[in-house]
Amino acid sequence: MVKSYRPRTLEEALKIRSETRCIPYAGGTDLMVRYRRGAGLAAGFDQPVLFIGQLAELTQIYEKNGELTIGACVPYREIIHQRHTPEILRQACELIGAPAVQNLGTPGGNICNASPAGDTLPPLSVLDANLTLQSLSGERNVSILSFFTGPGKTILRDDELLTAIHFRLPHFTVEGYRKVGTRKANALSKVSFAAFMLKEKEMLADIRIALGAVAPTVVRSRELENRLIGQPLTDLAKLLPEILESYGKLILPITDQRSDANYRKTIALRLIENFVLKEES
Amino acid sequence: MSQIIQFTLNGTPVSLESDPMRRLLDVLRDDFSETGVKEGCGEGECGACSVFLNGKLVNSCLVALGSIEGMNVETIVHFKNTPAYRVIEQAFSDAGAVQCGFCTPGMVLAAYALLKNNPHPGENDIREAISGNLCRCTGYNMIVDGIRLAAKRGEGKW
Repeated sequence: MVKSYRPRTLEEALKIRSETRCIPYAGGTDLMVRYRRGAGLAAGFDQPVLFIGQLAELTQIYEKNGELTIGACVPYREIIHQRHTPEILRQACELIGAPAVQNLGTPGGNICNASPAGDTLPPLSVLDANLTLQSLSGERNVSILSFFTGPGKTILRDDELLTAIHFRLPHFTVEGYRKVGTRKANALSKVSFAAFMLKEKEMLADIRIALGAVAPTVVRSRELENRLIGQPLTDLAKLLPEILESYGKLILPITDQRSDANYRKTIALRLIENFVLKEES
Repeated sequence: MSQIIQFTLNGTPVSLESDPMRRLLDVLRDDFSETGVKEGCGEGECGACSVFLNGKLVNSCLVALGSIEGMNVETIVHFKNTPAYRVIEQAFSDAGAVQCGFCTPGMVLAAYALLKNNPHPGENDIREAISGNLCRCTGYNMIVDGIRLAAKRGEGKW
């Protein structure tokens, strides 16, 4: 039986985190399945557990001066119901599990779990989200894209907690979110896609594209986006084959029980193609 | 390492000394004989273990006992004493929404979680609300009918 801690304040949590190697437990929806041992048995955690889902400091969601701040332990359901939540993030949260899971699961858990298929990662990546990582010795803010180093691996230190996610509310003319799974509810992603476009005066003024579940970490390329930005809309169809070929080099999917590499790559490239060539509706 | 954990179960404060990493599902069934809370999949997919935690529908197989200190847990056994339950019960019965009955407690709680916030749901709202509840008997249509019937009859009871 492992030791567990249920601090009342963030400060107390950070102190425990600095003194004990422990696993932070936010909503529990991934951890309780990962350490599940079956009916009647306690979950088989292999290190002390730090419950953080109850901390008031981590469960606030608010908009201020055009920036949305989401506490790491705000359940998906609250993000869905927040009126400022961008549509692509709302849709991603609505397609995670089902309502009862959305009442428990949190974006902090989704991010720190660092699954290549984590469903909040593509929308948060195109939103240029920053993560606040706190420890007793201070805090640092990092871009979500620099947070992941591989499947299940992040730059979060043993003494740190992810406390909040924040981003500027976007102003784009076209947005797109797609989750490709086996069924609508309770599905894990085979491929997921989030993107924004800003069209101005027949030009592509801005574009952001992110893909999930097709590489060790979320795929987003500022370089390829820059090759499209500033181009006349009428030239996009002509430019696209070359851009897709370059995306193809970044998309390195695996074959597993959910899907195979070839399918994932084909679908990912078609999602980009369909989105870029989509008429404003 | 056992710890003393206190929470409110169906309106009554309870306290137990136990392993905080036990699943709420097991605590409810084994320590409090709440056998209306069922185990189906044990991984948050089937909804048979649903309970209300601080009024929100959750899968009790995904909840560690240690995480609910001070919180309110309500199970089907308590919910069945409410007027809202009786409307849903009669509607499920009339629509043929219950066959083997294993998914029923979860379906009833999911139906209430929907109707409380959306008393006039459309078919898509209903299907989304029970999307985390698996039923292997009815093919779902009769459960959807049951919830639609409950919505029609339940005016003002949610």
